[in-house]
Amino acid sequence: MAEYTLRIRRYDPQSGGAPRWDTHTVDLSPVQSVLDAILKIKDDADGSIGIRCSCQQAICGSCGVRMNGKPGLACNTHLREAAARGHGTGWNPPEEGQDSPVITVEPMGNMPVIRDLIVDMDAVHWKKIQRVTPWLINKQPVPEREYIVPHENMVDVTQPMACIQCGACVSDCLSMEVDPEFVGPAALAKAYRFVGDPRDAQHRERLNDLAADRHGLYDCTHCFSCIDACPKGVAPMSQIMRLRRIAGSDFDIKDRNNGYNHEHAFVKNIRKNGILHEPDLLADSYGGKFNPAAGKELVSGLPTALKGLARGKMTPRTALGHPHKAPAEVKKLFDAIDEKPKRYELNLYVSGYEDEPEASASEAAASTSKSEEQS
Amino acid sequence: MKVAYWPGCVSRGFTPELHGSMAKVAPLLDIELIELDRAACCGAGVIAEHNQELADTLNARTFALAQRTDGELMMNICSTCQGAQSECQERLDANSEYREHVNGNLTDEGLRYERGLTNKNFLWLLVENIGLDALKAKVKRPLTDLRVGPFYGCYIIRPAERLGVDEEHPRDRYLHQVIDAIGGTVIDYAGVYKCCGFPIITMNKEASLKQAGRHLGDAIDAEADCLVVPCPLCHLNLDLQQPAAAKVAGRELGMPVLHLPQLVGLALGLSPKELGMNKHIIKPTKVIDWSASVVAAAPA
Repeated sequence: MAEYTLRIRRYDPQSGGAPRWDTHTVDLSPVQSVLDAILKIKDDADGSIGIRCSCQQAICGSCGVRMNGKPGLACNTHLREAAARGHGTGWNPPEEGQDSPVITVEPMGNMPVIRDLIVDMDAVHWKKIQRVTPWLINKQPVPEREYIVPHENMVDVTQPMACIQCGACVSDCLSMEVDPEFVGPAALAKAYRFVGDPRDAQHRERLNDLAADRHGLYDCTHCFSCIDACPKGVAPMSQIMRLRRIAGSDFDIKDRNNGYNHEHAFVKNIRKNGILHEPDLLADSYGGKFNPAAGKELVSGLPTALKGLARGKMTPRTALGHPHKAPAEVKKLFDAIDEKPKRYELNLYVSGYEDEPEASASEAAASTSKSEEQS
Repeated sequence: MKVAYWPGCVSRGFTPELHGSMAKVAPLLDIELIELDRAACCGAGVIAEHNQELADTLNARTFALAQRTDGELMMNICSTCQGAQSECQERLDANSEYREHVNGNLTDEGLRYERGLTNKNFLWLLVENIGLDALKAKVKRPLTDLRVGPFYGCYIIRPAERLGVDEEHPRDRYLHQVIDAIGGTVIDYAGVYKCCGFPIITMNKEASLKQAGRHLGDAIDAEADCLVVPCPLCHLNLDLQQPAAAKVAGRELGMPVLHLPQLVGLALGLSPKELGMNKHIIKPTKVIDWSASVVAAAPA
């Protein structure tokens, strides 16, 4: 057993009062869950704390909250794990002088609070899920017997299918923070669940629909927050990248946000220069120097460009000329790979890891195992 | 130590002061840089979005070039490169058949990537290979009273598992630790782990600049003197685009943003000019009240 202090955010919008923090101390095993602690506090000290929960087995998706800044299911987050997290993304040693580890529990973000730890999933999460036609549209004619789907395809879509609709990814989406209209990670992962399913008849229509939405396919900044937030390994951002790849490369779908133009301009730019030549990328992302849309954007960006010139960030020579040239070998790679009739991809979710990567991104992280005794 | 050095694109494009300051700081930290000048762009996630095999091949080529040098490891100075390259490397290291296929693309050039390269951002190398104590010992001009807000950028901290962020290696605290080691004061503010918005600047400018403007405003509200970034793309949105972000945010900003090698260079005794700070849109020397800091002794 160990002592944990829970700081719980209390708020009742209907009361007209401001939010407040309540602090309770519990004595529980480090491998009991944050939900166990909250339910114990409700039983022993204050039954009025609002939290939504049901299965307590990480399958109903009801008890999404933020614990020390990180979203997750209260029912499958051990107290010691939550306590070890710092605000932000990672690990933080307990501060000196703390009697017991503190776990700050807040409602999820990007959704209005109904009461205490309960957010309005209908207003945001479910609305966005409904936005992407979340059901299979059969190819016609429907076969008399079952559809035969290649094993790889099925395993691929089981990743987005693992979603339990808890809203943790929506809570942490950094694009949605500034653009609440963004379709968002959960709904886009759901969209890929059907675009990646060979039984679905409307891949192109689904992608066209998302490409026509200013807040659709190209509002994601690649911030990876949803990947870290998801308690089920859905990796919504990876699904968004798949949607973009299929829309841009397989269907040649032009979108309203210049996402297609930007992607193709970027590839062309690196093929030519080897490393990025920013002035060209800017113009080409808007459809090329002579495109009226590009003209407008370039004019609006002129003060920024002039400041950059004035400060010596670029010179007229580097802005207009092309100081770097791609080595011929690099150009060849672009041509050879881009011209293959079929894209060759590795999906680690399907293939798995051959064995533990040693010394990959972090030689050190891979060579040490996490301490089991960290309560 | 000798490292195969990948400077990335933007440090040789719109943020030349980053490339320059790294070159000045490296010898002071006994780092010998072997620049990979024939390597190509990491793809910044965009090429992978277009064609995964192409992005993985370009990065496998870079890794192979790095392995041909006698550097102990590969070092980058751009979080975006770190993130994009780590993602490609994860695939290459996880599956030998795929690796062989990608290596097949490189045979014409006589290159081959062997699994298990170590590729570290300067920030990681600074803390893990040079060490905070060794860094401290080299400080000539502690950044006393300089209030620095860390801005990590996404690609160097998420996803935590792929990037090796854990209790043993709290890479999401390293900027905090470096600021502290060179005598500065760490300012915690809401934007520390947020996204600068740069990747969507051409796709949804308003949302992009709103992100930059909000984090800069939060740092101002927390009374930071400046921010420090390990990613030149963050620098583009936070510094180059700052006047535009101020318009979107509807408030005055004026927050200097330093590249990591610049901040370290200041502490190691280099002058703001040597570190290229005159190239910033928000000139640190004009904005920071150096008089309260030992940095005041430095010529502007």
